[in-house]
Amino acid sequence: MSDENLIVVENLSRNYGNIEAVSDVSFVVNRGEVLGFLGPNGAGKSTTMSMISGNLAPAAGRIMIDGLDILDDPRQAKAQIGYLPEQPPLYRELSVDEYLKYTAKLNRINRPAIRAAVDKAKQRCGLTEVGGRLIGNLSKGFQQRVGIAQAIIHSPAVVILDEPTVGLDPIQIREIRTLIRDLGREHSVILSTHILPEVQMLCNRVQIMHQGRLVLSDSIEGLQRRMQSLALVVAFRKPPDVEALLNIGGVQDVERLDAGRFRISYLAENNPDKALVESAVNQHWGLSELTPEKMSLEQVFVDITRAEFATSINESEAEAL
Amino acid sequence: MILTIAYRELRSLFMSPLAWVMLAVVQGILAYVFLMQVERFLQLQPRLAAMADAPGLTDIVVAPLLGNAAFILLLIMPLLTMRLISEERRNKTLSLLLSAPLSMTEIILGKFLAMIIFVALMVLLLALMPLSLLLGGSIDLGMLLSGLLGLFLLASSFAALGLYMSCLTAQPTIAAISSFGALLLLWIIDWSGSAGAAADINIMAYLSMIRHYEPMLHGVFNSSDFIYYLLFIGLFVILSIRRLDAERLPH
Repeated sequence: MSDENLIVVENLSRNYGNIEAVSDVSFVVNRGEVLGFLGPNGAGKSTTMSMISGNLAPAAGRIMIDGLDILDDPRQAKAQIGYLPEQPPLYRELSVDEYLKYTAKLNRINRPAIRAAVDKAKQRCGLTEVGGRLIGNLSKGFQQRVGIAQAIIHSPAVVILDEPTVGLDPIQIREIRTLIRDLGREHSVILSTHILPEVQMLCNRVQIMHQGRLVLSDSIEGLQRRMQSLALVVAFRKPPDVEALLNIGGVQDVERLDAGRFRISYLAENNPDKALVESAVNQHWGLSELTPEKMSLEQVFVDITRAEFATSINESEAEAL
Repeated sequence: MILTIAYRELRSLFMSPLAWVMLAVVQGILAYVFLMQVERFLQLQPRLAAMADAPGLTDIVVAPLLGNAAFILLLIMPLLTMRLISEERRNKTLSLLLSAPLSMTEIILGKFLAMIIFVALMVLLLALMPLSLLLGGSIDLGMLLSGLLGLFLLASSFAALGLYMSCLTAQPTIAAISSFGALLLLWIIDWSGSAGAAADINIMAYLSMIRHYEPMLHGVFNSSDFIYYLLFIGLFVILSIRRLDAERLPH
């Protein structure tokens, strides 16, 4: 194990009764990395995160945090982690200052250092002005920030955030995202979400979970490549015939979308965009739009899970033979 | 660490009206009982003066007062302990404790300590009433102390059982009802023993919480009674720790 690996998860499984929530998941989180966990609801993201934070014990497998097993040395291992569950663990009857002081004490920060830790967490999360207010009276966005402040108060090596932007309005979402990006400079961050742009904006690496399994682990660039489908959407002011478009080198199929717009599919490694633009200029079609078509997250999910399904069928067939 | 949790618990308790209302109600009812007993003593006084070896002020006022206090605490303690763990579970704040570098033992002991402090406060407030008798008469301080210690141990046992019930559920009301039921059962369990007139030691009578309390009210401090309460408290505190620990495990 190199020093780069802050969290090592090996063959992690967990069941709730007969339901297998997480099965045989292994991955690594490196120091200073922002890792995005993507997946539909019920994919096992929250369960995995609860296990890493020590809230749930795994049924099988091992979690090492900075070289410490979370089951063998829970105290030292947990000191390295800041965790914000899906529903922030806030005492509504306490003020922000009281609450952060309490969490600082719970995390065994020395008494003289508590003031400074609370002030720093408040300042980083933009809570300086609301220190004296009761948490119950704050807006949802501020409550979420208090939740994040609680997670970073002891400067943990890794911060785990479970769907931190759910239920916030667009402005609050943007603020929280900025905050998470700042956190990524000092801590490793594990972030779960089902919003794809969020991952693209914030993360270095992405993992996709589906039905308790890890189906993809890739860099952001890798994910973006996967998301490019082999199609262009073009629009013309003076649209040509479908025939004329089909004659351009590399074009596989043309589909008319609406007045003057077409969806052009092509084969991999034979992108017709250049030829298309040249023909459009030469023949005065009045090209007004040319966008590579992107798959939505749902399509990526479907693609990946279908591929998984296919390989598992092939494997079982191979076994049968 | 235990102190931190206890402090937070007490703080939240005293920030809600619950704690204040409880203290006020208990104090109000017991003040009424106290005054009744004092009046009774004043009526009996001429006759008592004529008797040799007559029961004193402490026997007539303090013992019934503490006896009634025990029953009122039986009604009140479940309401106090019901929120301890169940509300943290319901508000999802439990994960704050579980993901902090704390052991389950520290969490449970912190919660229990908060309850003990609250109980001690209630017992102290109650003690002020008999102590006020010192202004115009004399009381048996040893007997009073033994009674107060008995009440403290009894209420702490209520708290330990209530804490365990609170660990079992996410609904404070369910925790309250089940701990009230369990306490009441332990209270009346010796009735079956006394119905069968046999004088030999009855296990039901031995289990009864009240049987170990009554001697203390009359100044008899038996170490077996003391140990009974300690065992009772220890049992339910350990069960609570085990229960909280089991929650993380797959099932």
